[in-house]
Amino acid sequence: MSFNVIGKPVQRGDAAAKVTGRALYTRDMKMPGMLYAKILRAEIAHGYVKSYDISEAEKLPGVVKIVLPKDVKANPWPSAGHPYSLNPAHQDIADRQILNEKIRLFGDEIGAVVAKDELTAEKAVKLIKVAYEALPFVLDAEEAMKEGAPILHGDETNILRHTDIKHGKEELSTAFSKCDYILEQEFDVTPVQHAHLENHIAYAYVDPEDRLTIVTSTQIAHIVRRVVAHALNLPFGKVRVIQPYIGGGFGNKQDVVIEPMAAMLSLACNGRPVMVDLTREEVFYGSRTRHGIRFKFKTGVSKDGRLLAKSMVSIGNNGAYASHGHSIVAKGGTNFSRTYPAELATEWNGYTVYTNTATAGAMRGYGIPQVNFAVECHMDDLADDIGMDPIEFKQKNVMKLGFVDPVSGIEIKSCGLPECIEKGKAYIDWDNKRKEYLNQKGDKRKGVGFALFSYATAVWPFSMELAGARLTMNQDGSLQLTVGAAEIGQGSDTVFAQMAAEVMGVPFSMVNVVRGTDTDIHPYDPGAYASRQTYVAGQAVRQAAESVRDQVCARAAKKYDIDVKDVEIRDAKIYRVSAGRLLCTLEQLAMESFYEKDESSTIASEKSANVKSNALAFGVCVTEVEVDVKTGKVNILKICNIHDSGTIINPILASGQVEGGMSMSCGLALSEGLKYDPKTGQMLTDNLLDYKLPTVLDTPHFDVDFVEPYDVTGPFGNKALGEPPAVPPAAAIRNAIKHATGVRVFATPMNPQSLFEAFREAGLN
Amino acid sequence: MEQTISFTINDEQRTMVIHPGQSLLELIREDLGLTGAKQGCGVGECGACAVLVNGQAVDSCLYLAAWADGKTVVTVEGLSQYGELTNMQKAFVEGGAVQCGFCTPGIIMTATEMEARDRNYTEADIKRALSGHLCRCTGYTKIVEATKKGLENVGKCSCDHE
Repeated sequence: MSFNVIGKPVQRGDAAAKVTGRALYTRDMKMPGMLYAKILRAEIAHGYVKSYDISEAEKLPGVVKIVLPKDVKANPWPSAGHPYSLNPAHQDIADRQILNEKIRLFGDEIGAVVAKDELTAEKAVKLIKVAYEALPFVLDAEEAMKEGAPILHGDETNILRHTDIKHGKEELSTAFSKCDYILEQEFDVTPVQHAHLENHIAYAYVDPEDRLTIVTSTQIAHIVRRVVAHALNLPFGKVRVIQPYIGGGFGNKQDVVIEPMAAMLSLACNGRPVMVDLTREEVFYGSRTRHGIRFKFKTGVSKDGRLLAKSMVSIGNNGAYASHGHSIVAKGGTNFSRTYPAELATEWNGYTVYTNTATAGAMRGYGIPQVNFAVECHMDDLADDIGMDPIEFKQKNVMKLGFVDPVSGIEIKSCGLPECIEKGKAYIDWDNKRKEYLNQKGDKRKGVGFALFSYATAVWPFSMELAGARLTMNQDGSLQLTVGAAEIGQGSDTVFAQMAAEVMGVPFSMVNVVRGTDTDIHPYDPGAYASRQTYVAGQAVRQAAESVRDQVCARAAKKYDIDVKDVEIRDAKIYRVSAGRLLCTLEQLAMESFYEKDESSTIASEKSANVKSNALAFGVCVTEVEVDVKTGKVNILKICNIHDSGTIINPILASGQVEGGMSMSCGLALSEGLKYDPKTGQMLTDNLLDYKLPTVLDTPHFDVDFVEPYDVTGPFGNKALGEPPAVPPAAAIRNAIKHATGVRVFATPMNPQSLFEAFREAGLN
Repeated sequence: MEQTISFTINDEQRTMVIHPGQSLLELIREDLGLTGAKQGCGVGECGACAVLVNGQAVDSCLYLAAWADGKTVVTVEGLSQYGELTNMQKAFVEGGAVQCGFCTPGIIMTATEMEARDRNYTEADIKRALSGHLCRCTGYTKIVEATKKGLENVGKCSCDHE
């Protein structure tokens, strides 16, 4: 495939606005008469509010409204940023109240104060006296599954859902009896947080057209509209959601966290604008986290390294509320089931469990970073145990081109994995270093590690895929592109403009993106998640651009009385192909279409793409580390992700995505982790000092490479790219630590303390 | 209780009435409408609010407005005219060092401070100087590279590009 604009490293359209401070985020827009809210939060992890005393708070000058659960009239709502399901059995669990009478986590929302400014609201919140009836609480998912554990919802069980997958030629027990070697292991991935730099923030007001308008830092404006309309019993057309520039989301804003609160408070204050701006601490405990998941494996192989039977149990800690429910643990289950197909039997059991911790939801990779860490470590250890090179073992057993997943029906139509592996081995000098670093002594030891992954693009066939795009031609032939898909920093607006320019035959600079998402303006699209946008919204952009191009060509064919097939647009000029002759410029034709007295018409198209395919993206991470066995400190010397995401639309944006994802995975591997006080259930790591987000000093240089097989199901041969980079580094680092020291680590984060202890146990320090 | 301060902000001399508890960030964002500096934490952990005070990048969320009396403050809005970019801003745009953009104004201020100083930087110096800024999008690789490029353009960095 040859392209003119696609594949070029064009600069992102909003970069200049962002380096000059002109890009406006939610907090940067102030409205006249704006009020500010602060949330009253529970100071126990589980129980009930017995009583409130608001008498002191009410007296504070500047307080406009104090709202308690009894004052709120709203339907329970689901917070997940999922497409709606018409099948009630598949709908998200509607377990959220704007304010709660029952408390399920330390920091749960139990009241709110609206005041003339934030300081007054905060002071008033502190003046409210709350009496609690405390219940026992539970923080660990496996503990929460046991008989007698405190129950968070209802009175039966904390298991939100259990599902299983079973396939293969034989019963699992029979299959294991045919194996030459069986390995059983358990891994723990500790919950982490998105830590986007802009906290959750929204303000709501009723506009002169009676629209309840919510300006919010979200990845899912159209879903926010649906959820707020359902929660507050409003017609969809009377709710308007506007997403301005957003300071990162990573899945935490693929959830309806504060918008119903802002909307309810505005309605309680006569429709005046009310701002809800969470603090960093509130975001840590009161928004969403990545699920902590425990994995238990039993896997059997033949002597010559063929995978015969495998079983995995996943136990996901979902925290206090359902949010995305079981989908994240389940996505890990399907990924486990297909990535390394077992010859005889496969079994997976997954549990999603409520505990009195921060609610877990979507985070970049949606369960795959966790399962990939566990599977890639487990497979590495299996290879070691049977004396096989881990890459050789994984390459031998991993799914290949043409494979059809028995669970989802997804067929692999493009697979650059073998090439990724070859590039990775060459980059890290695998064969030599694997030998060179055997039997090291001394305090500082080096090792190399590897992990591979596969990642589904979009959510089909598990859910619907729909995206809208509108392309309108201006009088000078330039174009306005309006997409419902959300630009959240990843560069999607730039990539969509490249796609439109490519199809239209115009330079990139002629496509203007109508930025942000405004549900009154932008066509329906559920939003930024599942690495779906270039794949799904890309189809809508392509179709809209093809329609506009065809309208231009038809008008030119009529004007010059030639066959429409003989007309082509190149570099914003219209040519007669057969004669190789320039007919007119696009601008001339656009002006005529607007202003010709007898035959004027606007040239525009709006398309929606209902995509019914999925494509697996692939890739590897290879790394070389130096481990100090005396201190437990790991230094990443070299690290590279090599991705097959099909066609790369914009290499500079793509490598930026990969580097950011790698950094996130390095954080998960080496430093990040949410901790709770076992005595109170309060989160201990709710700020950027105690939560060890990598700084630039903790971060190696990230190397990035791509292989680009063309996937026929993508609009331009492209597949998922946004989330996959955050998948494989953690396991590669763990496997490199093992290669350096011989010590197998079974949990994240592999920070100096945990490694020091592991090395001590192994007698290394 | 109020207090009057006089200071220079983006080349403009201003006299303003403030309250003693007010941070410089609050003053520039709420009273002056200069919203380029962002608040990511409010307690000096993330660096998104950095501005230059007498040429030095400070976290304006921790810097009292009262301390700006008699000083020269530059925010990201004060670096360039509309339609133009400084050398460092250009390096960030061209180097792909901008994603969501929330940390960007703060980092640009620190990089601008480095550019103005009369010295030469190694990669380790650059990383140390930027270590007060958190970024969750980029993994820092392109930020370090862009800062290098910006410094190199003015002859203040001789380190290799990776």
